[in-house]
Amino acid sequence: MNGAQDLGGRHGFGAVVPEPEGELFHAEWEPRVLALTLACGALGYWTLDESRHARESLAPATYLTASYYRIWFEALCALLTRHGEVTEEELVIGRKLQDGHRADRAWTAAAVPGIMAKGGPTDRAATAPARFAVGDRVRTRNLQPATHTRLPGYAREKIGTVTALHGAHVFPDTNAHGQGEAPAHLYTVAFEGRDLWGADGDPGLLVSIDAWEPYLETA
Amino acid sequence: MHDDTQNHSHLDPMTARVKALETILTDKGLVRPETLEAILQHVETKIGPRNGAQVVARAWTDPDYAARLRADATAAVAEMGFTGRQGEHLIAVFNSQTEHHLVVCTLCSCYPWPVLGLPPTWYKSPPYRARAVRDPRGVLTDFGVDLPDTTRIRVWDSTAELRYLVVPQRPPGTDGMTAEDLAALVTRDSMIGCGLAVRP
Repeated sequence: MNGAQDLGGRHGFGAVVPEPEGELFHAEWEPRVLALTLACGALGYWTLDESRHARESLAPATYLTASYYRIWFEALCALLTRHGEVTEEELVIGRKLQDGHRADRAWTAAAVPGIMAKGGPTDRAATAPARFAVGDRVRTRNLQPATHTRLPGYAREKIGTVTALHGAHVFPDTNAHGQGEAPAHLYTVAFEGRDLWGADGDPGLLVSIDAWEPYLETA
Repeated sequence: MHDDTQNHSHLDPMTARVKALETILTDKGLVRPETLEAILQHVETKIGPRNGAQVVARAWTDPDYAARLRADATAAVAEMGFTGRQGEHLIAVFNSQTEHHLVVCTLCSCYPWPVLGLPPTWYKSPPYRARAVRDPRGVLTDFGVDLPDTTRIRVWDSTAELRYLVVPQRPPGTDGMTAEDLAALVTRDSMIGCGLAVRP
């Protein structure tokens, strides 16, 4: 979607402000949001892709001014209400009015290290051969769905070179919307800086994205 | 923890809202307080840039390991005991005299958790996400790093579930140092590509 999350190449945000290693949280509520987000993911209502879409669906003015953990929090509230585990009224009054539905799925503390160490790989068996090979010139399609996509706006309708194949991976554009994993071949595609940013682009710059096959056509 | 279940009006809005949600979810049995503590303990003690620094230092001192890291970073990093969430598909990119790598996620906050931990605030913020793909040399200047114009910059936008780890160049004057001592020279920022490894 053409939301506020699609930030690549935007002007006017100013300088990057570095911070020391180990300075991860800036308010006591931030680690709570991180832990709640991970723990609620265990309930199995939504995929990682749906949660990303919930975040990018925040109003642009909120998205661009909120801290990242606030973005996570607003999205978590939206996901929990969308899937019927928490009501708007409960959030307003700050207490439970109805029972939880999937308490049986809640992680135990003992399970956490194993779950975190295992992760959730997104590679899947390919159902068709890869259409492109390393070295192929490809053009990204002009895809502008109002729904979730991982093709950034700055890399739309651009010609680049395939630099790596990664096999088939879960396709976020469908998976974010309950339409299945629809695994598609994933490629790394590199673009010359000047092809992205025009004549003023850095001549010594190469930018790559990881792009699923449905994003690409032969150049 | 959540003994103050109903009246959060004395708190700032975010503190109050987060406490309220945590109360609701724990009262419903959907999350357990001890589970939240276990998650935080994991992210604070099991993952982080000291893991990545060990990987880099070993790659500097063990050419066979460096070759394995280049060929299959997920497996090579797993050899060191670092696996899991947001690191399921790792790729290591190696800086050289002629090419410098920089990692960003313009669309959200994708970051290689097992080796670098949770991302710093700037990594998730608009200034970095907007500028890293267009003006990486300008971003590097914000970090006090000046690269020669002859050094090509390759920016990796983490748009899928592949997670990138930059292997910075080994600094001069480090001959004979142990991997353990070398790891102390490897900063988090250098493994994102926003810094260089520290000279001893």
